[in-house]
Amino acid sequence: MDWLNLLVYPAVRVLVLFFVLLTGFAYLTWYERKLLARFQVRYGPNRAGRFGLLQPLADAIKALFKEEIVPDHVDRPVYLLAPALAIVPALIIWAVIPVAKDFPAVADVPIGILWILAVAGIEGYGVILAGWSSNNNYSLLGALRSSAQMISYELPLGIFLVSILVLAGTFSLVELVEMSRPWWEWLWLWLVFPLFFICILAETNRSPFDLPETENELVAGFQTEYGGMKFALFFMAEYINMITTSAIMATLFFGGWKGPFADQYVWLGPVYLFIKVVALLFLFIWVRASVSRPRWDQLMRFSWQFLLPVSLMHLMGSAVFTVFLK
Amino acid sequence: MPTLPVPTFTQVVFVLIAAFTVISGLGVVVARNLFHSALLLAATFFGVAGLYVMLEAEFLAVTQILIYVGAVATLITFAIMLTRGAMHGETNPLNRQWGKAALFAFLFLVGLLGYLGGIPWPAPFQAIQADEGLIARLGEQLVTRYMVSLEVMGLLLMVALVGAILLARDDKP
Amino acid sequence: MVPLNWYLTVAALLFALGLYGALARRNAIAVLMGIELMLNAANLNLVAFWRYGEQVMALTGQVFAILIIALAAAEAAVGLALIIAVYRDRRTVDVEELDLLQG
Repeated sequence: MDWLNLLVYPAVRVLVLFFVLLTGFAYLTWYERKLLARFQVRYGPNRAGRFGLLQPLADAIKALFKEEIVPDHVDRPVYLLAPALAIVPALIIWAVIPVAKDFPAVADVPIGILWILAVAGIEGYGVILAGWSSNNNYSLLGALRSSAQMISYELPLGIFLVSILVLAGTFSLVELVEMSRPWWEWLWLWLVFPLFFICILAETNRSPFDLPETENELVAGFQTEYGGMKFALFFMAEYINMITTSAIMATLFFGGWKGPFADQYVWLGPVYLFIKVVALLFLFIWVRASVSRPRWDQLMRFSWQFLLPVSLMHLMGSAVFTVFLK
Repeated sequence: MPTLPVPTFTQVVFVLIAAFTVISGLGVVVARNLFHSALLLAATFFGVAGLYVMLEAEFLAVTQILIYVGAVATLITFAIMLTRGAMHGETNPLNRQWGKAALFAFLFLVGLLGYLGGIPWPAPFQAIQADEGLIARLGEQLVTRYMVSLEVMGLLLMVALVGAILLARDDKP
Repeated sequence: MVPLNWYLTVAALLFALGLYGALARRNAIAVLMGIELMLNAANLNLVAFWRYGEQVMALTGQVFAILIIALAAAEAAVGLALIIAVYRDRRTVDVEELDLLQG
């Protein structure tokens, strides 16, 4: 049936994806709290359920039953739109990520890598809208920092993506994962993985680049005026973004769903992807536990004076490799 | 009696996207709050990207979102936030010549539409062969036939980059 | 099938709106937004003509559109830098108050 292929299967895929991502978000908060506690020689949540496994549930119930307050001085339509805009990009990026052999999450579009770039470009809107509409100086400073940071780190991120694209010779992520690559190509990619990871940290506003929402100088920046479910949405956006970007990095740098026997047993694909994503999430949390926040000017200088030239050089190198070695 | 033509699915989608685009565009120029103008501008860019998809220029649509929504509109909101002291309170967003401007723009539109209606446009378009690698071809064209334009554009971008930094730089240490 | 002149009508509407915005707004940033609207309208025209034209595979319209997008980005950067420089100097971005040359 045609309409079955056109409407029902994608809809089912989207629903499953949302369910997995929301569960993933809930347990990512648990994972982070447990890990941070370990890094700081504490126990972390351990009251609700065994090992605190029911903690996310308790948090969700708490957020749901909080009173919804919209302050009087805010720009109401924009204020309400902001949390929704924050969460949408984190979800729709998943459409093009392959989760198993010949099986993208929703669709294999011929412009997969560009899709990632474009959606990354609109990711900052939630924060900017929230900061502006809250109508107070701290929030506005948060929004200003966020937009400057986003523009600055999107540039090297985009150029790294173009570099990967030049090496792969295809826009499709499905093909990108399935192609076999020589060892020197992997080496050349892994060389810039730490820098790519830094760009991702800045794009997702994660510590140590969480300057738009610093608690101690901007009283949580753009989130100051938000509470209850609306705050939970921002929280959710940040964590789903972490999962999404981890999946992107796993796909671009570590072969996505690939692993031993994943070609024969298709169900192994998602398992490998899951393992890689969890490992990368560990990296996110490790960085949060051990690196302190840079100053604002250091942040900008690092992007423009170090990351951008290095990314351009990497792109040139990739072009030379592609022309002479392939 | 002529029967009204039944709109096809594509036409309905087109009208929806076009209406969204034009209404947000109208919002850009009439909104009193400058920040709302900027957000509606981003919405207009989205609408135009949708029209590009309908014209089967997907690459251009994604580029449009990447550059206009992701960079230009963000830059504009940034500038609004930096200069917000300038337009405090509800001042009149229009300048002295807005009446003349409205008249001129309206006459221009009427002239344009009248001109449009008088020309027999080619109705159908040929289907694009899907697996011809349109994007690859686009890149090839850019470095062969449009080589000079590409080089000039690169030069222009560099000059603009240097110029923007020089202009916006704070001379005070 | 959507006829070509529908696209051209949308582009004409956008262009007229941008023209009005660029001429009638008081804030320099709003003027810039009007200009961006006009550039988008022109781009839409180019892509529509490309799609309905004789030589689809020559991709001329798309190449033009890409060049214009690059141009618009450069224009926005320089324009906003100018506005910020003016704001720093005069504490205003109102185009009617920027009349030093009027004698």
